[in-house]
Amino acid sequence: MRCRQVVDKISEYIDGELDPELVRELERHLQHCEDCRVVVDTTRKTVEVFCHTEPAPLPNDVRERLNQMFRHSFRKGEPTELARRFKH
Amino acid sequence: MPTHLDNEQSIVAAAQAGDSDAFVTLLNQYSRHIYRLGLSITGNHQDAEDVLQESSLKAYRAIAEFQGNSRFYTWLVRIAVNVALGKLRKRALWKESSLDEPREGDDGSYVPMEIESWGDDPEKACLHNELQQLLAEVIQKLDPKSRIIFTLRDVEKFTIEETAKLLGLSIPVVKTRLLRSRLKLREELTKYFGKDARNAMPTSRR
Repeated sequence: MRCRQVVDKISEYIDGELDPELVRELERHLQHCEDCRVVVDTTRKTVEVFCHTEPAPLPNDVRERLNQMFRHSFRKGEPTELARRFKH
Repeated sequence: MPTHLDNEQSIVAAAQAGDSDAFVTLLNQYSRHIYRLGLSITGNHQDAEDVLQESSLKAYRAIAEFQGNSRFYTWLVRIAVNVALGKLRKRALWKESSLDEPREGDDGSYVPMEIESWGDDPEKACLHNELQQLLAEVIQKLDPKSRIIFTLRDVEKFTIEETAKLLGLSIPVVKTRLLRSRLKLREELTKYFGKDARNAMPTSRR
């Protein structure tokens, strides 16, 4: 397997969806190609950092306007309590 | 993808029966994810807020129609994605057709430029809110279609198949775009986390 093919297969490899025979070929390549090892490792870390990072809490003004929307959009009595209780 | 609530099925059932507290409980669990999703897709805070408001309202009004065939969050994301795509369509940034797919890179011509191992794990290299800011910035370097595919697959952890279905795209298009997005974001993040990068902090970079 060549470097170019490794790059093409990175997604399936790090997702564990690559055919086992291709996994063996790819890993054989990684054993002697430092550059591809780095690219595979940092691509995996890229995916991990995005999926591990929790979203920030809603900004206060966004939360407040969401509350207002519920106050104005629903029938009387239905949304008021709803709006007051948003936490995030 | 956020963890679902304990007893989520019964909370959804209560919301469907008209219990507004139950709906609030559901929305409290997921609103910041929906806001982040809207921000990733549209690229600006005003549209992200609109996505959150409009999708919350639609979900509230339509919750009786939720069949329970998927997680509630998946159903809510579907609504939010449709609202967000509507905004991109207005700005002529979104077409479902794959016929307009650019071909560059599809033939494997991509060559990594930044080949440098990362010094520290990103979570250790900068503070959490700085990391959030950096990730929000770099994801905007992707084109809209790649951005939303990456967000659904790698941020929200939907499967390739679910992502394709949510967006009305073919699986090969999703896979190709996902690969290119991951590689591009890897390049961008290596500028901050590479061993020789001067400073990983987004607020103090040059």
